[in-house]
Amino acid sequence: MATTETAAPESLNGKRTEQLETVVVRFCGDSGDGMQLAGTQFTNASAVFGNDVSTLPDFPAEIRAPAGSLAGVSGFQLCFSAHDIYTPGDTVDTLVAMNPAALKTNLSDLKRGGTLILNEDAFDRSNLSKAGYATNPLEDNSSLAGYRVHKVPMTRLTRDAVEGLGLSQREADRCRNFFALGLVYWLYERDSKPTLQWVKDKFGKNPAVAEANVRALNGGYNYGFSTESFTVHYQVPPAKLAPGKYRKITGNEALAYGLATVAKLSGTRVIYSGYPITPASDILHELSKLKHFGVVTFQAEDEIAAMSATVGAAFGGNLAVTASSGPGICLKGEAMGLGMITELPMIIVDVQRGGPSTGLPTKTEQSDLLLAMFGRNGESPLPILAAATPSDCFDLIQEAMRIAVDFMCPVIFLSDGYIANGAEPWQIPKVSDLKPVVVKHPSERNSAEHFLPYKRDERYVRPWALIGTKGLEHRVGGLEKADVTGNVEYSPTNHQHMTDIRFLKIAGIADYIPEQTVEGPESGELLVVSWGGTYGSVRTAVRQVQSEGKSVAHCHLRYMNPFPRNLGEILKNYEKVLVPELNRGQLRFLLRNDFLIDAKGLNKIQGKPFLVSEVAEAIRTFLENGSI
Amino acid sequence: MSVELPQLTAKDFASDQEIRWCPRCGDYSILAQMKKVLPTLGIPKEKFVFVSGIGCSSRFPYYMDTYGVHGIHGRAPAIATGVKLAKPDMQVWVITGDGDALSIGGNHFLHCIRRNLDVKVILFNNQIYGLTKGQYSPTSPVGARTKSTPYGSVDRPINPLCVAIGAEATFAARAVDVDIKHLTMVLERAAHHKGTAFVEVYQDCNVFNSGAFNYASKKEEKDDNVVYLEHGKPLIFGKNRNRGIRINEMSRPEIVELGGDIREDDLLFHDEKAPEPSLAFLLARMRYPEFPEPLGVFRDVQRPTYDEGVMSQLEAAVAKQGSGNLDELYNDGDTWIVQ
Repeated sequence: MATTETAAPESLNGKRTEQLETVVVRFCGDSGDGMQLAGTQFTNASAVFGNDVSTLPDFPAEIRAPAGSLAGVSGFQLCFSAHDIYTPGDTVDTLVAMNPAALKTNLSDLKRGGTLILNEDAFDRSNLSKAGYATNPLEDNSSLAGYRVHKVPMTRLTRDAVEGLGLSQREADRCRNFFALGLVYWLYERDSKPTLQWVKDKFGKNPAVAEANVRALNGGYNYGFSTESFTVHYQVPPAKLAPGKYRKITGNEALAYGLATVAKLSGTRVIYSGYPITPASDILHELSKLKHFGVVTFQAEDEIAAMSATVGAAFGGNLAVTASSGPGICLKGEAMGLGMITELPMIIVDVQRGGPSTGLPTKTEQSDLLLAMFGRNGESPLPILAAATPSDCFDLIQEAMRIAVDFMCPVIFLSDGYIANGAEPWQIPKVSDLKPVVVKHPSERNSAEHFLPYKRDERYVRPWALIGTKGLEHRVGGLEKADVTGNVEYSPTNHQHMTDIRFLKIAGIADYIPEQTVEGPESGELLVVSWGGTYGSVRTAVRQVQSEGKSVAHCHLRYMNPFPRNLGEILKNYEKVLVPELNRGQLRFLLRNDFLIDAKGLNKIQGKPFLVSEVAEAIRTFLENGSI
Repeated sequence: MSVELPQLTAKDFASDQEIRWCPRCGDYSILAQMKKVLPTLGIPKEKFVFVSGIGCSSRFPYYMDTYGVHGIHGRAPAIATGVKLAKPDMQVWVITGDGDALSIGGNHFLHCIRRNLDVKVILFNNQIYGLTKGQYSPTSPVGARTKSTPYGSVDRPINPLCVAIGAEATFAARAVDVDIKHLTMVLERAAHHKGTAFVEVYQDCNVFNSGAFNYASKKEEKDDNVVYLEHGKPLIFGKNRNRGIRINEMSRPEIVELGGDIREDDLLFHDEKAPEPSLAFLLARMRYPEFPEPLGVFRDVQRPTYDEGVMSQLEAAVAKQGSGNLDELYNDGDTWIVQ
């Protein structure tokens, strides 16, 4: 990250203050060390202060891998800035490592000259050996050369801070994360107030634990202030974001809030059926707290049941939603087909993670696009939307429901682990500015004798009759049906007709969604096409290269099927097309197929988001050599 | 002012679709009894919904002029859960078969029952896969020779009532397709039950497994092979009603001859309201030919239903927090203002 040093006014205790534009901090330790919590609190404090923030939680799939092991390291990275940012940062300015394993697995991301804060007490023989260190890196002269190293006896200092509160040693040690947090608060002049309030709310019923955390936090802060180890601290002024009121939000929270909004504004109940799966479960957790908005949550016995109940709830007239990740979406496939052929409105959320099979449950990937496109038997096209950022989930999930209801079809919504768990500031909308989803059910028969469930309008959309309505009794099902009547019908021409109509209905959604826009020149040498959660990295990278005077534009897709109607035109305006994706080239496959263009790919499948530098470098190389 | 409901008849429940079951299939009788029972319930036609899975029995919804979903294999209870949660005022019937409910859909069957969702589950048990033309099913007996078991099945069959009662079904019953009066009574009882009402119907697949239930359906045989359960009455059976079921010193059921030393009072008395499912389970374990198979209502108890629980939580949330306020939701927690 670019950092600038400005004037260094004398501050308290004779320590210098430097001004920085953007800082990346990473907390890492054992999965039981409370690193996710420390990171979340730091994010809150920075957001409330007015910085732009972007976060990257990175934790192991095991809840508690063996203590001190390399596999058990959990990290939380955040970037906070005085201007608008789109990624959690490529390299780390300040690394907090709570044990040798955390140091070993994270040191390579710390930039040269960066600040390294270590819990010295954890570097004992046992931990060193678990981390595979033959010698103590704190004691040789070479391992940590080039970094500003602060060896802090955090365990001892935390125990001292909480002494007299009657806590067990184990309980006392659980406050170490707040000691570390307090120290970094001092380092970056963060206000502790939001965190102190959080402690009060969280541990109100357990005053000793609350007090211990407060003491640990203050202890860390005062350590930075008092000791000579730290001679300088830093300020990152508030960012100049668009005026308005903000809060921090993760993708899964935004998605849940979007669904509560749909329920409230439409006046129709949202029913969310799900089965626990990483990284989608938080949607269920959030929604289960929002019953008073008219949200029903159903924790089903399995993924298939969650999807089947979603079809049933849609037939029952509710706004039905299910969410899962790749393995669960595979299980849902058959019932998604039932939703497709019965032409009922519903949303299927896929919070993508590393695959195949169980894959990398806690890591991000974009490898379910083709599953969403083609992962059902028969000709079964469905609209697909993909959120670009955490806060985008709020708007786009409402749009997904609007499309589902307006076109009577299941809609697939793609998120990913990075968006789902990542946080960013969200400009709080005015409720009056939001567009409600409009639900309409017929009250009368559409023909003299019978209700005709598959009599369509000019967009091929069939009516959504609410069960329980007198005179509209009808049956839907998975067998091929005759158009108009919906009766079971196997004739060859009817099947062709119905297949075509179902396709045309979905394809016609292109006339309804907005046209695609491009950032940068309207024509030129290179167009970078991205989709989903890579938005931030790709946008930042393209801007960097643009600022170098290169002819490059960025096109970020949120509507994956059908594509925006002008996408083909856009692609023709550039000599080359580069598609960076966290997969082997799934969007590229679709673009090449639909538009017969020789798009090239930048493909990363490491369970991690793109670094800005990786994308920028690929763009430069591609512009120079025509290949990457 | 009260509104008189028009008196519905069986004909009102018949759809205009041609029925495509094989001639003399047991399904016809179940369909006919269902159409007889529904008009007696005092519920408007549009308040019924039939949900099915896949298999011969699962074509049922197409033949009823009510709301209906012909679902996918095994998933009818899960689809029905969605329907019921979305529209709790509907009376929901699940139509399923032995393969549908107990093989591919075993999980949903189990969980629907243990949640006590207010749906009626009618399982057409013909001990065979009919629609796929004759493979053995999870209820086929050991040794069954079918298309997929030319040397006889080596699978131990599952007992549908034991599964249902094991999952603590609040209502569990068994009937036979051609025993029309009894079947009607059982369907009526199921219709009036609040909670999951499970009914196993012995249904003859006259094409692939003809006569599998002759012992329980043929006039000349059945009196000795079945025992009709009546709440509060002793278990007596036999052409001359001279045999009964007694619980012996080993707490096991045994067949005894009435007369002599043994009087009716010594017999096992049926208690469908017993809070513990043990008696119902014991009865479900009585199988032909060792025992006469019980027909009728094994268990009928009341417990809160899942859908009621879900809805009352919604109401409680609104009562406690008020109808959700989006502004409050968005502004909850730490916020800051950018000028």
